[in-house]
Amino acid sequence: MLANSSGEAKVIAGGQSLVPAMNLRLSAPKVLVDLTGLEELTKLGLADDGSLAVGAMVTHSRMLHDGQVKKGWPVIEQVLPFVAHEQIRNRGTIGGSLCHADPAAEWAAICVLLDAKIYVQGPSGKRAIPASKFSSGVYETDLEPNEILTEVVFPPAPDHMRWGFHEISRRHGDFAMAGAIVGVGLDSAGRLTDIRLVVFAVEDKPRRIDADVSHCLGMTFDAASIDALSLSAASCVTPRSDLHASAELRSDLVYACVRTALMRVIGITTVRQV
Amino acid sequence: MNKYHQISLSVNGKNIQREVPARLMLADFLRQDLSLTGTHLGCEHGVCGACTVLLDGDAVRSCLMFAVQADGREITTIEGLTPNEGLSSLQKSFCDHHALQCGFCTPGMIVTAEAFLQRGGKIDEASAREAISGNLCRCTGYQPIVAAIVVESKRRTTTAEAGDAR
Repeated sequence: MLANSSGEAKVIAGGQSLVPAMNLRLSAPKVLVDLTGLEELTKLGLADDGSLAVGAMVTHSRMLHDGQVKKGWPVIEQVLPFVAHEQIRNRGTIGGSLCHADPAAEWAAICVLLDAKIYVQGPSGKRAIPASKFSSGVYETDLEPNEILTEVVFPPAPDHMRWGFHEISRRHGDFAMAGAIVGVGLDSAGRLTDIRLVVFAVEDKPRRIDADVSHCLGMTFDAASIDALSLSAASCVTPRSDLHASAELRSDLVYACVRTALMRVIGITTVRQV
Repeated sequence: MNKYHQISLSVNGKNIQREVPARLMLADFLRQDLSLTGTHLGCEHGVCGACTVLLDGDAVRSCLMFAVQADGREITTIEGLTPNEGLSSLQKSFCDHHALQCGFCTPGMIVTAEAFLQRGGKIDEASAREAISGNLCRCTGYQPIVAAIVVESKRRTTTAEAGDAR
C-alpha cells in the first residue's frame, strides 16, 4: 500500500502526534495505513541474549508498567512519566515516537542512551539501524517511504551503572525545552569509571556527548565534578533557537538539566538552581 | 481505498454496529452518531482532555482516534459512568467539593479520575494532581478537583476495608 501510494500515504501507529497534525491541517495524507492489526508489532519480551525486544506498537504505558523493563532498564521507568500525559501514553507507541522524530521526544533520547538497535522492514527486506543514526534531523528519519519500523532492541543495560534524568518544560508533560539523561559507573572509592550522557530537545536530534565529558573520568563523584561535567556539557552543544527558547537559554538549560540529572543519580531530588 | 468502514464495538456496554467514514473521529462518532454529547471537544489536538473516554478501561483522547480504530473495542463514556438515577460517588464528591464551575472539563475530569481510582495505585494529593495533569480546567484552579478525587479514594478504601472486615 505504501509502495503504491506515490508518497501520499502515511503510516499511523498510536496517532498521538500524527492526528493532532491532521486536525490542525498541518498534515493531510490521502491514505492512512493503520498498523494496529499487526500483532507481532505488539510483542514485548526478553531475547535469549538478555536483550529487550520491543515491538513498534508497544505503548508508552505498557513499557512504564512492565516488570522486566523496571528490573533490567530502570532508567526507562524514570523517564516515561514525562512523556506527555496518561491519556496520550495509553495510545502513543515507541515506534510512532521514533518515526515522528521530534527532537524533544524522550524515546529517541532513551534509545540513543541505551545503544538500542532499530529494525525497519520494507519490500527489500529487514535492516537494523543504530539508534544514533535513525533520526537524521527535525522530524526526519533514515526510513525509506516504503519501510516501516518493526522493532526496537535494547541490549542488556550495564547493571553497575546508575541513572538520572531531568528535563525542563513550561508545564509537566509539555515538550521539553532541554533535557538530559545520564548514566554513571563508580569504583569502590567513589570515582567515575563510566559516563553516558545524552542531551535532547537542544539540537536537531538527541546526541551522546560522552566524549566531551570524558575528562571527568577518574574524578571523585562530588559537587565539584558534577559542576565540571555540567559546564562541559553546556559548552559542547550547539542549541537550536525556536519559539520556546533561544539558543542562549537552551545552553543554560543544558547545564541545569545535566546537573540535576547527576544529582538524581545520588538521590538528591530537590536542587537549588544557581 | 475504502472511504467507509463497517465497525462493531461496545459503547457503555451496548453493542453497536455502524458504517462510518474512514476520516470520522471517535469523539464526533460518539457525539453525532450516538448522541452521547457528554464527551466534550475542546482543543481537538490532544491538549485539553475534555474528550477523554475509556478504551478497554484505559483513559484515551477520543479526538485523537478515528472511529474505525475503535472497531472491536470497548468504549466507556461519561454516560456509562453515570448511574441511571442520580450521580456516581465520584460525581457526588465533585459536587461536594465545588470541583466544577462551567462544567466543560468535568466529563473528561471524571473519566480520567475514574480510571485513576480504578487502577488502584497510591492515591494522594500529588498523584491525583499528576493523574489529571492532562486535563485543563480554566475555572477552578484544580484544588477542589484534587480534593474531590482524594476524598473519594479514601471513601472507597474505607468502604472496601469495611467490606473485608465483614
